[in-house]
Amino acid sequence: MEMDRRTFLKMGGLGLLGLMAAPVVDVLLKAGRVSGAGTSAAVTAGRWALVVDMKKCLEAGPSCADCILACHRAHNVPQIPDLQEQVRWIWKEPFEHAFPEQEGRAESLAGKPFLVLCNHCTDPPCVRVCPTRATFKRQDGIVMMDYHRCIGCRYCMAACPYGARSFNFRDPRPYVSTTNPAYPTRERGVVEKCNFCEERLAEGLPPACVAACRYGALVFGNLVDPHSQVRQILRARYTICRKPELGTRPNVYYVVG
Amino acid sequence: MYDSGKILTGLLIFALLVTFPVWYHLGRATPPPEPDLDTPVIAGLAEKECIESTEYMRAYHMELLKTWRDLAVRSGEKTYVARDGEKYPISLEDTCLKCHSNKSRFCDQCHNYLGVDPNCWNCHVAPEEGNR
Repeated sequence: MEMDRRTFLKMGGLGLLGLMAAPVVDVLLKAGRVSGAGTSAAVTAGRWALVVDMKKCLEAGPSCADCILACHRAHNVPQIPDLQEQVRWIWKEPFEHAFPEQEGRAESLAGKPFLVLCNHCTDPPCVRVCPTRATFKRQDGIVMMDYHRCIGCRYCMAACPYGARSFNFRDPRPYVSTTNPAYPTRERGVVEKCNFCEERLAEGLPPACVAACRYGALVFGNLVDPHSQVRQILRARYTICRKPELGTRPNVYYVVG
Repeated sequence: MYDSGKILTGLLIFALLVTFPVWYHLGRATPPPEPDLDTPVIAGLAEKECIESTEYMRAYHMELLKTWRDLAVRSGEKTYVARDGEKYPISLEDTCLKCHSNKSRFCDQCHNYLGVDPNCWNCHVAPEEGNR
Protein backbone atom coordinates (compact mmCIF):
# COMPACT_ATOMS: atom_id res chain seq x y z
CA MET A 1 0.00 0.00 0.00
CA GLU A 2 1.27 3.42 -0.92
CA MET A 3 1.05 6.18 1.71
CA ASP A 4 2.34 9.68 1.23
CA ARG A 5 3.88 11.67 4.05
CA ARG A 6 0.74 13.78 4.50
CA THR A 7 -1.60 10.82 5.09
CA PHE A 8 0.94 9.23 7.46
CA LEU A 9 1.12 12.34 9.64
CA LYS A 10 -2.71 12.65 9.68
CA MET A 11 -3.12 9.04 10.77
CA GLY A 12 -0.44 9.44 13.44
CA GLY A 13 -2.14 12.54 14.83
CA LEU A 14 -5.52 10.82 15.00
CA GLY A 15 -3.97 7.86 16.78
CA LEU A 16 -2.37 10.10 19.40
CA LEU A 17 -5.68 11.88 19.94
CA GLY A 18 -7.35 8.53 20.53
CA LEU A 19 -4.74 7.59 23.14
CA MET A 20 -5.32 10.87 24.96
CA ALA A 21 -9.08 10.40 25.00
CA ALA A 22 -8.96 7.10 26.90
CA PRO A 23 -7.82 8.49 30.31
CA VAL A 24 -10.30 11.37 30.04
CA VAL A 25 -13.20 9.00 29.50
CA ASP A 26 -11.92 6.92 32.42
CA VAL A 27 -11.88 9.91 34.78
CA LEU A 28 -15.38 10.95 33.72
CA LEU A 29 -16.72 7.46 34.38
CA LYS A 30 -15.07 7.37 37.80
CA ALA A 31 -16.38 10.81 38.76
CA GLY A 32 -19.92 9.61 38.09
CA ARG A 33 -19.43 6.61 40.34
CA VAL A 34 -18.06 8.55 43.30
CA SER A 35 -20.78 11.19 43.27
CA GLY A 36 -23.38 8.44 43.23
CA ALA A 37 -21.95 6.89 46.39
CA GLY A 38 -22.69 9.83 48.68
CA THR A 39 -26.10 10.75 49.99
CA SER A 40 -26.90 13.61 52.32
CA ALA A 41 -24.08 15.86 53.41
CA ALA A 42 -24.02 15.23 57.14
CA VAL A 43 -21.49 17.96 57.73
CA THR A 44 -23.17 21.23 56.95
CA ALA A 45 -21.52 24.57 57.23
CA GLY A 46 -21.97 26.30 60.53
CA ARG A 47 -20.10 27.02 63.70
CA TRP A 48 -20.71 24.80 66.70
CA ALA A 49 -20.08 26.50 70.02
CA LEU A 50 -20.36 25.67 73.69
CA VAL A 51 -21.26 28.16 76.40
CA VAL A 52 -20.29 27.31 79.96
CA ASP A 53 -22.31 29.21 82.54
CA MET A 54 -19.73 29.31 85.31
CA LYS A 55 -22.24 30.70 87.81
CA LYS A 56 -24.37 27.59 87.52
CA CYS A 57 -21.33 25.34 87.30
CA LEU A 58 -19.79 26.76 90.48
CA GLU A 59 -23.15 26.55 92.27
CA ALA A 60 -23.18 22.83 91.55
CA GLY A 61 -20.11 22.54 93.73
CA PRO A 62 -16.58 21.28 93.21
CA SER A 63 -17.54 17.63 93.62
CA CYS A 64 -19.88 17.59 90.60
CA ALA A 65 -18.20 15.82 87.69
CA ASP A 66 -21.23 14.57 85.76
CA CYS A 67 -20.11 16.05 82.44
CA ILE A 68 -16.56 14.75 82.80
CA LEU A 69 -17.71 11.25 83.69
CA ALA A 70 -20.28 11.18 80.89
CA CYS A 71 -17.74 12.30 78.31
CA HIS A 72 -15.01 9.94 79.40
CA ARG A 73 -17.40 7.02 79.57
CA ALA A 74 -18.88 7.73 76.14
CA HIS A 75 -15.47 7.96 74.47
CA ASN A 76 -13.57 5.26 76.34
CA VAL A 77 -11.11 7.76 77.79
CA PRO A 78 -8.60 5.87 79.94
CA GLN A 79 -8.16 6.79 83.61
CA ILE A 80 -4.39 6.68 84.04
CA PRO A 81 -3.26 7.45 87.61
CA ASP A 82 0.17 8.80 86.55
CA LEU A 83 -0.29 12.59 86.19
CA GLN A 84 2.34 12.80 83.45
CA GLU A 85 0.49 10.34 81.25
CA GLN A 86 -3.10 11.38 81.99
CA VAL A 87 -5.58 11.47 79.14
CA ARG A 88 -8.45 13.93 79.42
CA TRP A 89 -11.01 15.40 77.10
CA ILE A 90 -12.76 17.69 79.58
CA TRP A 91 -11.58 18.57 83.04
CA LYS A 92 -11.42 21.32 85.68
CA GLU A 93 -8.61 23.83 85.93
CA PRO A 94 -8.18 26.67 88.48
CA PHE A 95 -9.29 30.04 87.10
CA GLU A 96 -5.77 31.53 86.89
CA HIS A 97 -4.54 28.50 84.92
CA ALA A 98 -7.41 28.65 82.47
CA PHE A 99 -7.22 32.45 82.14
CA PRO A 100 -3.61 33.39 82.96
CA GLU A 101 -3.99 36.89 81.50
CA GLN A 102 -6.81 37.60 84.00
CA GLU A 103 -4.77 36.64 87.05
CA GLY A 104 -5.23 39.10 89.89
CA ARG A 105 -8.04 40.93 88.10
CA ALA A 106 -11.04 38.92 89.25
CA GLU A 107 -10.53 38.22 92.91
CA SER A 108 -13.88 36.52 93.37
CA LEU A 109 -12.93 33.88 90.80
CA ALA A 110 -9.40 33.18 92.03
CA GLY A 111 -8.79 29.47 92.48
CA LYS A 112 -12.28 28.51 91.30
CA PRO A 113 -12.43 25.33 89.19
CA PHE A 114 -13.23 26.16 85.56
CA LEU A 115 -14.41 23.54 83.12
CA VAL A 116 -11.97 23.34 80.21
CA LEU A 117 -11.90 21.33 76.97
CA CYS A 118 -10.84 21.70 73.36
CA ASN A 119 -11.91 25.15 72.19
CA HIS A 120 -12.50 24.04 68.60
CA CYS A 121 -10.76 27.25 67.56
CA THR A 122 -11.82 29.11 64.46
CA ASP A 123 -8.12 29.39 63.58
CA PRO A 124 -6.68 26.24 65.16
CA PRO A 125 -2.88 26.15 65.52
CA CYS A 126 -2.93 22.36 65.94
CA VAL A 127 -4.39 21.93 62.46
CA ARG A 128 -1.76 24.21 60.98
CA VAL A 129 1.15 22.16 62.31
CA CYS A 130 -0.14 18.62 61.77
CA PRO A 131 2.15 17.06 59.14
CA THR A 132 -0.29 14.31 58.12
CA ARG A 133 -3.51 16.31 58.33
CA ALA A 134 -4.68 13.84 60.95
CA THR A 135 -6.25 16.78 62.71
CA PHE A 136 -8.38 19.00 60.54
CA LYS A 137 -11.19 21.51 60.73
CA ARG A 138 -14.58 20.45 59.50
CA GLN A 139 -16.98 22.79 57.75
CA ASP A 140 -19.15 22.90 60.85
CA GLY A 141 -16.23 24.17 62.92
CA ILE A 142 -15.32 20.95 64.72
CA VAL A 143 -11.59 20.34 64.99
CA MET A 144 -11.47 16.62 64.29
CA MET A 145 -8.89 13.94 64.94
CA ASP A 146 -8.45 11.17 62.41
CA TYR A 147 -6.74 8.59 64.60
CA HIS A 148 -6.06 6.45 61.53
CA ARG A 149 -3.64 9.08 60.28
CA CYS A 150 -2.02 10.23 63.52
CA ILE A 151 1.66 9.34 63.65
CA GLY A 152 2.14 10.55 67.22
CA CYS A 153 4.59 13.37 66.48
CA ARG A 154 2.86 15.59 69.06
CA TYR A 155 3.38 18.82 67.09
CA CYS A 156 -0.28 19.57 67.76
CA MET A 157 0.26 19.23 71.50
CA ALA A 158 3.09 21.73 71.33
CA ALA A 159 0.98 24.07 69.21
CA CYS A 160 -2.20 23.96 71.32
CA PRO A 161 -2.09 26.86 73.79
CA TYR A 162 -4.83 25.27 75.93
CA GLY A 163 -3.25 21.90 76.71
CA ALA A 164 -6.40 20.32 75.35
CA ARG A 165 -4.61 17.37 73.78
CA SER A 166 -3.39 14.19 75.41
CA PHE A 167 -0.89 11.65 74.17
CA ASN A 168 -1.27 7.92 74.66
CA PHE A 169 2.09 7.02 76.13
CA ARG A 170 0.88 3.48 76.69
CA ASP A 171 -1.88 1.15 75.55
CA PRO A 172 -5.00 2.82 76.98
CA ARG A 173 -7.20 -0.30 76.94
CA PRO A 174 -6.33 -1.65 80.41
CA TYR A 175 -7.24 1.76 81.86
CA VAL A 176 -10.75 1.87 80.41
CA SER A 177 -12.95 0.47 83.16
CA THR A 178 -16.22 0.07 81.25
CA THR A 179 -15.77 -0.02 77.51
CA ASN A 180 -18.45 1.55 75.35
CA PRO A 181 -18.50 -0.86 72.39
CA ALA A 182 -20.10 1.73 70.10
CA TYR A 183 -17.01 3.97 70.21
CA PRO A 184 -13.43 2.90 69.49
CA THR A 185 -10.64 3.21 72.01
CA ARG A 186 -7.30 4.66 70.97
CA GLU A 187 -3.97 2.90 70.71
CA ARG A 188 -0.51 3.66 71.99
CA GLY A 189 1.17 6.50 70.13
CA VAL A 190 -1.77 8.68 69.06
CA VAL A 191 -2.95 12.06 70.31
CA GLU A 192 -6.56 12.46 71.36
CA LYS A 193 -8.92 15.23 72.42
CA CYS A 194 -12.54 16.34 72.63
CA ASN A 195 -14.46 15.94 69.35
CA PHE A 196 -17.56 17.96 70.39
CA CYS A 197 -19.33 14.57 70.28
CA GLU A 198 -19.27 14.54 66.51
CA GLU A 199 -20.74 11.01 66.56
CA ARG A 200 -23.71 12.16 68.66
CA LEU A 201 -24.29 15.31 66.58
CA ALA A 202 -24.56 13.09 63.50
CA GLU A 203 -27.53 11.41 65.18
CA GLY A 204 -29.06 14.72 66.19
CA LEU A 205 -28.10 14.39 69.86
CA PRO A 206 -26.38 17.09 71.95
CA PRO A 207 -22.84 16.40 73.22
CA ALA A 208 -22.58 13.97 76.14
CA CYS A 209 -21.39 16.65 78.57
CA VAL A 210 -24.32 18.92 77.74
CA ALA A 211 -26.80 16.06 78.09
CA ALA A 212 -25.28 15.02 81.43
CA CYS A 213 -25.33 18.45 83.10
CA ARG A 214 -28.20 18.60 85.62
CA TYR A 215 -27.77 22.33 86.23
CA GLY A 216 -28.12 23.58 82.68
CA ALA A 217 -24.65 25.08 82.89
CA LEU A 218 -23.65 23.85 79.44
CA VAL A 219 -25.38 25.14 76.32
CA PHE A 220 -24.47 23.91 72.85
CA GLY A 221 -25.52 25.35 69.52
CA ASN A 222 -24.75 26.81 66.14
CA LEU A 223 -23.38 30.36 66.23
CA VAL A 224 -24.33 30.97 62.59
CA ASP A 225 -28.01 30.62 63.50
CA PRO A 226 -29.10 34.01 65.00
CA HIS A 227 -31.94 32.33 66.92
CA SER A 228 -29.81 29.63 68.52
CA GLN A 229 -29.64 29.53 72.31
CA VAL A 230 -25.88 30.11 72.29
CA ARG A 231 -26.30 33.25 70.16
CA GLN A 232 -28.93 34.56 72.54
CA ILE A 233 -26.71 33.99 75.59
CA LEU A 234 -23.75 35.68 73.89
CA ARG A 235 -26.02 38.63 73.11
CA ALA A 236 -27.41 38.96 76.62
CA ARG A 237 -24.57 37.97 78.96
CA TYR A 238 -20.96 38.94 79.50
CA THR A 239 -18.75 36.10 78.29
CA ILE A 240 -15.02 35.53 78.07
CA CYS A 241 -12.84 33.17 76.02
CA ARG A 242 -9.54 31.59 76.92
CA LYS A 243 -6.40 33.45 75.79
CA PRO A 244 -8.08 35.74 73.23
CA GLU A 245 -4.75 37.55 72.71
CA LEU A 246 -3.45 34.57 70.75
CA GLY A 247 -6.00 35.04 67.99
CA THR A 248 -7.14 31.43 67.86
CA ARG A 249 -10.77 32.57 68.26
CA PRO A 250 -12.11 29.83 70.55
CA ASN A 251 -15.67 28.50 70.27
CA VAL A 252 -16.04 27.73 73.96
CA TYR A 253 -17.39 30.69 75.88
CA TYR A 254 -17.59 31.26 79.62
CA VAL A 255 -20.37 33.26 81.26
CA VAL A 256 -18.78 34.90 84.28
CA GLY A 257 -21.02 37.90 85.02
CA MET B 1 39.30 -25.91 43.87
CA TYR B 2 40.51 -25.54 47.42
CA ASP B 3 38.35 -26.92 50.24
CA SER B 4 35.78 -28.18 47.78
CA GLY B 5 34.45 -30.65 50.34
CA LYS B 6 33.72 -27.96 52.92
CA ILE B 7 32.22 -25.59 50.37
CA LEU B 8 29.94 -28.22 48.86
CA THR B 9 28.79 -29.40 52.30
CA GLY B 10 28.12 -25.80 53.27
CA LEU B 11 26.16 -25.19 50.09
CA LEU B 12 24.13 -28.34 50.65
CA ILE B 13 23.27 -27.33 54.22
CA PHE B 14 22.37 -23.84 52.99
CA ALA B 15 20.12 -25.20 50.26
CA LEU B 16 18.41 -27.51 52.74
CA LEU B 17 17.79 -24.67 55.19
CA VAL B 18 16.46 -22.31 52.53
CA THR B 19 14.05 -24.89 51.15
CA PHE B 20 13.00 -26.00 54.65
CA PRO B 21 9.48 -24.53 54.47
CA VAL B 22 8.86 -26.30 51.16
CA TRP B 23 9.83 -29.83 52.14
CA TYR B 24 8.64 -29.51 55.71
CA HIS B 25 5.08 -28.93 54.52
CA LEU B 26 5.24 -31.48 51.65
CA GLY B 27 2.10 -33.59 51.65
CA ARG B 28 0.56 -31.62 54.49
CA ALA B 29 -2.15 -29.35 53.18
CA THR B 30 -3.29 -26.52 55.44
CA PRO B 31 -7.07 -26.61 55.56
CA PRO B 32 -8.59 -23.65 53.70
CA PRO B 33 -10.27 -21.01 55.89
CA GLU B 34 -13.95 -21.37 56.59
CA PRO B 35 -15.42 -18.06 57.73
CA ASP B 36 -18.28 -18.86 60.04
CA LEU B 37 -21.63 -17.19 59.36
CA ASP B 38 -23.45 -18.78 62.25
CA THR B 39 -24.40 -15.84 64.45
CA PRO B 40 -27.83 -15.14 65.96
CA VAL B 41 -28.41 -12.06 63.78
CA ILE B 42 -27.45 -13.79 60.54
CA ALA B 43 -29.57 -16.81 61.47
CA GLY B 44 -32.55 -14.49 61.79
CA LEU B 45 -32.10 -12.93 58.35
CA ALA B 46 -34.60 -13.88 55.67
CA GLU B 47 -32.09 -13.38 52.86
CA LYS B 48 -28.56 -14.16 53.90
CA GLU B 49 -26.66 -11.52 51.99
CA CYS B 50 -24.23 -8.84 53.08
CA ILE B 51 -24.66 -5.21 52.08
CA GLU B 52 -23.15 -6.04 48.70
CA SER B 53 -22.86 -9.39 46.91
CA THR B 54 -20.77 -12.07 48.58
CA GLU B 55 -18.26 -12.09 45.71
CA TYR B 56 -17.80 -8.34 45.97
CA MET B 57 -17.43 -8.41 49.74
CA ARG B 58 -14.97 -11.28 49.58
CA ALA B 59 -12.74 -9.47 47.10
CA TYR B 60 -13.17 -5.83 48.07
CA HIS B 61 -14.28 -5.58 51.71
CA MET B 62 -10.95 -3.96 52.60
CA GLU B 63 -11.41 -1.30 49.93
CA LEU B 64 -14.98 -0.72 51.07
CA LEU B 65 -13.87 -0.32 54.68
CA LYS B 66 -11.13 2.12 53.70
CA THR B 67 -13.65 4.19 51.76
CA TRP B 68 -16.02 4.05 54.72
CA ARG B 69 -13.27 5.16 57.07
CA ASP B 70 -12.53 8.24 54.99
CA LEU B 71 -16.21 9.02 54.37
CA ALA B 72 -17.16 8.79 58.04
CA VAL B 73 -14.15 10.46 59.62
CA ARG B 74 -13.05 12.99 57.05
CA SER B 75 -16.22 13.85 55.13
CA GLY B 76 -18.68 13.28 57.97
CA GLU B 77 -20.72 11.11 55.61
CA LYS B 78 -22.52 8.49 57.70
CA THR B 79 -24.81 6.76 55.20
CA TYR B 80 -23.78 4.29 52.54
CA VAL B 81 -25.98 3.50 49.57
CA ALA B 82 -25.46 -0.05 48.35
CA ARG B 83 -25.76 -1.00 44.69
CA ASP B 84 -29.30 -2.22 45.22
CA GLY B 85 -30.26 1.19 46.63
CA GLU B 86 -30.44 0.02 50.23
CA LYS B 87 -29.02 2.46 52.80
CA TYR B 88 -26.71 1.48 55.63
CA PRO B 89 -25.01 3.45 58.40
CA ILE B 90 -21.27 3.79 57.73
CA SER B 91 -20.04 2.19 60.92
CA LEU B 92 -17.92 -0.84 61.62
CA GLU B 93 -19.67 -1.31 64.96
CA ASP B 94 -23.25 -0.62 63.90
CA THR B 95 -23.27 -2.29 60.52
CA CYS B 96 -20.54 -4.93 60.10
CA LEU B 97 -20.27 -6.20 63.65
CA LYS B 98 -24.02 -6.31 64.27
CA CYS B 99 -24.18 -9.37 62.02
CA HIS B 100 -20.61 -10.59 62.12
CA SER B 101 -20.36 -10.64 65.89
CA ASN B 102 -17.89 -13.51 65.77
CA LYS B 103 -14.54 -11.95 64.96
CA SER B 104 -12.43 -14.99 65.82
CA ARG B 105 -14.48 -17.34 63.65
CA PHE B 106 -15.18 -14.89 60.82
CA CYS B 107 -12.53 -12.19 60.34
CA ASP B 108 -9.60 -14.05 61.82
CA GLN B 109 -10.23 -17.20 59.79
CA CYS B 110 -9.00 -15.76 56.49
CA HIS B 111 -6.70 -13.11 57.97
CA ASN B 112 -4.68 -15.72 59.84
CA TYR B 113 -4.64 -18.06 56.85
CA LEU B 114 -3.30 -15.31 54.60
CA GLY B 115 -1.00 -13.86 57.20
CA VAL B 116 -2.54 -10.38 57.08
CA ASP B 117 -2.78 -8.36 60.24
CA PRO B 118 -5.28 -5.50 59.86
CA ASN B 119 -4.93 -2.93 62.61
CA CYS B 120 -8.68 -2.27 62.98
CA TRP B 121 -8.83 -3.99 66.35
CA ASN B 122 -6.13 -1.87 67.97
CA CYS B 123 -8.86 0.68 68.52
CA HIS B 124 -12.24 -0.67 67.36
CA VAL B 125 -13.80 -2.90 69.96
CA ALA B 126 -14.74 -6.39 68.80
CA PRO B 127 -17.97 -7.73 70.29
CA GLU B 128 -17.55 -10.22 73.09
CA GLU B 129 -17.96 -13.76 71.92
CA GLY B 130 -19.69 -16.36 74.01
CA ASN B 131 -17.85 -19.69 74.34
CA ARG B 132 -19.99 -21.65 71.94
